[in-house]
Amino acid sequence: MSTPMQRRDFVKGLTAGSLVLGISASGCKRLDDEMRGAAQPTETIEPVAWVRVDDTGGVTIVCSRSEMGQGIRTSMAMVIADELEADWKRVTVTQADGDEKKYGSQNTDGSTSIRNFLPQYREAGATVRTLLETAAAKQWNVPVAECAARNGEVVHTPSGRTVGFGKLVAIAKDLPLPPKESLTLKSPDKYRYQGKEIPGVDLRAMTTGTAMYGIDMRVDGMKYAVVARPPAYGNKVASVDSSEAEKVPGVEKIVRLPEPPLPTGFNMVGGVAVVAKNTWAAIEGRKKLKITWTAGPNATYDSDAYRADLEKATKKPGKIMRNQGNVQQALARASKRVTADYYLPHLSHAQMEPPAALARFENGKCEMWACTQHPQAARDTVAMALKMPVEDVTCHVTFLGGGFGRKSKPDFIVEAAYLAREVGAPVKVTWTREDDIQHDYFHAVAAEHIEGGLDANGKVTGWLYRSALPSIGALFQPGVDYQSAFEAGMGMTDFPYDVANYRAEVGKAPVRTRVGWYRSVINIPHGFAIGSFIDELAHAAGKDSKEFLLELLGPPRAIDMAKAGLTEQPWNYGVSFENHPLDTGRIRNVVELVTSKAGWGKQMPQGSGLGLAVHRSFLSYIAMVVEAQVSPTGVLSIPRVDVAVDAGFVANPERARAQMEGAVIMGMSNSLLGEVTFKNGAAVQSNFHDYQVVRINAAPRVVNVYLVPSDKAPGGIGEPGVPPVGPALTNAIFAATGKRIRNLPVGNQLANAGTDVPVEKKLGA
Amino acid sequence: MNLTINGQSRTYDGDPAMPLLWYLRDELGLTGTKFGCGISACGACTVHLDGKAIRSCVTPMQALEGKSVTTIEGLSKDGNHPVQVAWRDANAPQCGYCQSGQIMQAVSLLSENAKPTDEEIDAAMQGNICRCGTYLRIRAAIKAAAGGKSA
Repeated sequence: MSTPMQRRDFVKGLTAGSLVLGISASGCKRLDDEMRGAAQPTETIEPVAWVRVDDTGGVTIVCSRSEMGQGIRTSMAMVIADELEADWKRVTVTQADGDEKKYGSQNTDGSTSIRNFLPQYREAGATVRTLLETAAAKQWNVPVAECAARNGEVVHTPSGRTVGFGKLVAIAKDLPLPPKESLTLKSPDKYRYQGKEIPGVDLRAMTTGTAMYGIDMRVDGMKYAVVARPPAYGNKVASVDSSEAEKVPGVEKIVRLPEPPLPTGFNMVGGVAVVAKNTWAAIEGRKKLKITWTAGPNATYDSDAYRADLEKATKKPGKIMRNQGNVQQALARASKRVTADYYLPHLSHAQMEPPAALARFENGKCEMWACTQHPQAARDTVAMALKMPVEDVTCHVTFLGGGFGRKSKPDFIVEAAYLAREVGAPVKVTWTREDDIQHDYFHAVAAEHIEGGLDANGKVTGWLYRSALPSIGALFQPGVDYQSAFEAGMGMTDFPYDVANYRAEVGKAPVRTRVGWYRSVINIPHGFAIGSFIDELAHAAGKDSKEFLLELLGPPRAIDMAKAGLTEQPWNYGVSFENHPLDTGRIRNVVELVTSKAGWGKQMPQGSGLGLAVHRSFLSYIAMVVEAQVSPTGVLSIPRVDVAVDAGFVANPERARAQMEGAVIMGMSNSLLGEVTFKNGAAVQSNFHDYQVVRINAAPRVVNVYLVPSDKAPGGIGEPGVPPVGPALTNAIFAATGKRIRNLPVGNQLANAGTDVPVEKKLGA
Repeated sequence: MNLTINGQSRTYDGDPAMPLLWYLRDELGLTGTKFGCGISACGACTVHLDGKAIRSCVTPMQALEGKSVTTIEGLSKDGNHPVQVAWRDANAPQCGYCQSGQIMQAVSLLSENAKPTDEEIDAAMQGNICRCGTYLRIRAAIKAAAGGKSA
C-alpha cells in the first residue's frame, strides 16, 4: 500500500474550504457554534496528506475515506487529532477528492478504514505534532525535548510558557518533516479522543438538511437524466421509438448508451437515456420510450430454475477448497448423521440514496461529483470508458446516503460522464428506486448443504460442507463459474471449529446477473448455514446450544491455517493469518460474554426463545443472542438483541455501537423480508412495496452492545455485525416454536394453519 | 399558481402534475428533502403541508394552490428545533440521508401527541425507512424531545 506520507507541500493564502470545489461548505465542514466567527486564516500548511494547520490554529483533517454512515469522518479525525494533540473544538473535517497517489487506497470497502489505516493515521498526527514541537523549540531556542504539544498549543515544560499551533505555522512551514523513526506515539493512558465518546462531526449538517449527497449536487446549466436499462443483464437495444418521449414537456434529448460486452464489471450496462430540464420530466419521458430489446444470454434467468441448479450442485462432489482428515469415513462411522440444506435469495442493497452522480466537461476534462465508495475506480473506469487520460478525470466525493457495497461500483458515474460529454452540458444521472432494485449488483443467491456426524457422546466427528453461489469474480472475467478463495474464505475455509474430519467444497454456479459485494458479503450465507447447523447438531446431540458451541470450538488456540488442508492461498481479509490469527479463544470469549449478559439458560415464557450465533469476519469476533417471540397466530417480534464484539482496539466506541445496532436491523431485513427473484431475465421486485425492509415497528426495543476492551490490532466494524443476526434469529425462532427455518427470508413461514397474520404484515409497511 | 415555501411566497407555472419533491429539489435547490422511492413508501421526502407531515414525492403541484409548505431547511431559523437538538444528542444519524424526513415526521407527531408511547412512535414513524437501522436512536430522540417540551 502506498503511504500517504510521501507528500509535503504548503498551501499559502488558501482557506481549507476553498480547496473543496463544488461541495458546499456546510456539507463538508463542521460548523459548530464555536467555529463561527473564527478568524480567517491567511497561511495554511499541509505537512502530510491528511492534515492541514492554519495560522489561526485551525486544524483540518482531510478525510480520504467515504462517509456512508459508519462515522469514519469522525473516527479518523479522532485518531489523527489525538496524536496531534489538537484541540477538538478547532478541528474541521473536509473530504478528499479521489487521489490514491496522495492518500493511498480510498476504496471504502471491506471495513478497512480503521483496520488498515490506524497506524498511518497515528503516524500522521504524530508527524505534525513533532513538527510543531520542533517549531516551538526553534522559536524559544530551547531543546525540542522540553516542548510538548497539548490540546492545540505547545508547552515549554520547564517554564510553562505556551504558544498556539497557529503561531507556529510560519516557522513550521520551512522545517523538514521529522523522520518516521523519531516519532513517538502516545501511550493509551494519554488518549484524549481515541476510544472516547465523541459526538459525530456531521450531526448538524445531517439534521438540518445541509449535508450534500451525490443526488443533491448542482452546477449551473445542468441537465437531469434517467436511463432505461436492459431488463436482463446482457440484453441490447434492438430499436427505440422516442417520438412520444420527446413530446413530454422538459425532455431535451434522447441518448443511446454504449453497450459494453459482458461481463460489464464497473462499466455501465447500456440502455437509453432521457435528458431533461428536471428529474420529473426525465422520468415522465422515460415512461413514453418504446424500446425493443434483443435477448442476451441471461434473458431466460429464472430464480426457481436457478435454485434447482444450485441445490443440485450441492448434492454432488464439488471443487475442494479445504480437506482435513477423512470426512466420508467419519460420516460413515458416525452414531448419528444430520443433513441440512439452506437457501438464501438475492438481496438488493436498497441504500436510501439511490445511485446518482453529476458530471461536467470543460476543456476536455471531466469533473464528477458522486456518492462513491471508490473514487479512484470511478476515475479509472470513466477514463477507460471515455478513452481519456485518468489525470483529466476528477472525482469529488460527496456524502453517501448509504453504501453497503453498492457504491463501490461506479457504473452510474460512468453514465453521467458519458452523457455530459454527449449532451455538451453538465448532467446529473439519478437512479429511481426501481432502477436501484432491478439493476443492482445483487447479493449472491446461495445454496448451502451440510452433512454432519456425531459420535456416541454427541461430539462432532465429521463435517461435509458444500456451497454453490455465483461469484463476484464473474463481474470481471468470463468463465468464473465457482466461488473463489476469498468467497469461500468468508466462513468455509476459515472454519474455526474443532472437527477432525472437515471438507469444504464449492459447486458450479455460472452467474446470470450482476453480482457484487453486499455488507459482509459471503459471510451472510456461510454464517447462516454454519450458525444454523451448529444449533441443529446441538439439538440432535441433546445438548445446550451454548455448551455445544463451546465444546465444538475446542480449546483456545490460533488455528494453523498452513496445516488446515486448504487447496488455495487462505483468505484473511487481505492480511496474513500470522499477524491476524484465527483465534478460537476470542470466539469463546464473546460467546461467554454475550450469553452471560443475555441471561442464557433462563426460563422463557411460552412462545419465546433465545437464539445464539457467533461469527468471525473482517478480523472481528461477534456473538449475538436474539430473543424471539412468536404469537399463537404466527406473528414474530424481536424484543431484545445482545451483541458482544471483540474488534480489537476500537477507535470510536460510540459509532461501533451504532454500527452494531444498524447491523441488527439490516440482518433482520436480510433474514426476515429480503428477496429479489428473477423471471425472464428481469428482477421481479421494484420498490419498497415488494422489496420490503425492516421498519421501526419491527425494530427491537433493546439492543445491548458490549465491546471487549482490547489493545489488539483493530478489526472491521461496519460489516461483521451482520452475519450472526440471521442464524441467531432463526435459532431463536426454533427455540420459541420448534420450527427450523432453513430457507430465507422467513417471510410468512411462521403463519401456521388458521392464522391470518403472516409475519410480513407485522414487519412490513 | 401561488404557494408559500418556508414562509416565502412562490409562483409556479410548470407541469401541474409534477410532484412537490422535484419542485423543491430541482427548481428551488432545497435538497434537504430527499428522494427515496417516488411511491410514498419510504418517507425520505417528508415535508409539512400546513403543519402536517406529507410525502412530497406523490403530492402534485396542482394540489398546493394557496398552501404553505415547510421543509427541513425551514423547520427552524438556527437548526436548533428541539427535535433537531434531540437528534444530535442521541447521535441518531448514520448516513443521514433519511433523517430530514424522519425529523419532519417526528415534529408532526409531537405536534399532535406531546408524549407518545413507544407504540405510538412506532405507528407514526413506520412510514419512514432507515436502511442504516437508526430506529432505536430515533425512538430515544423523540422521547427526549417530548420530555424537553413538557419540562
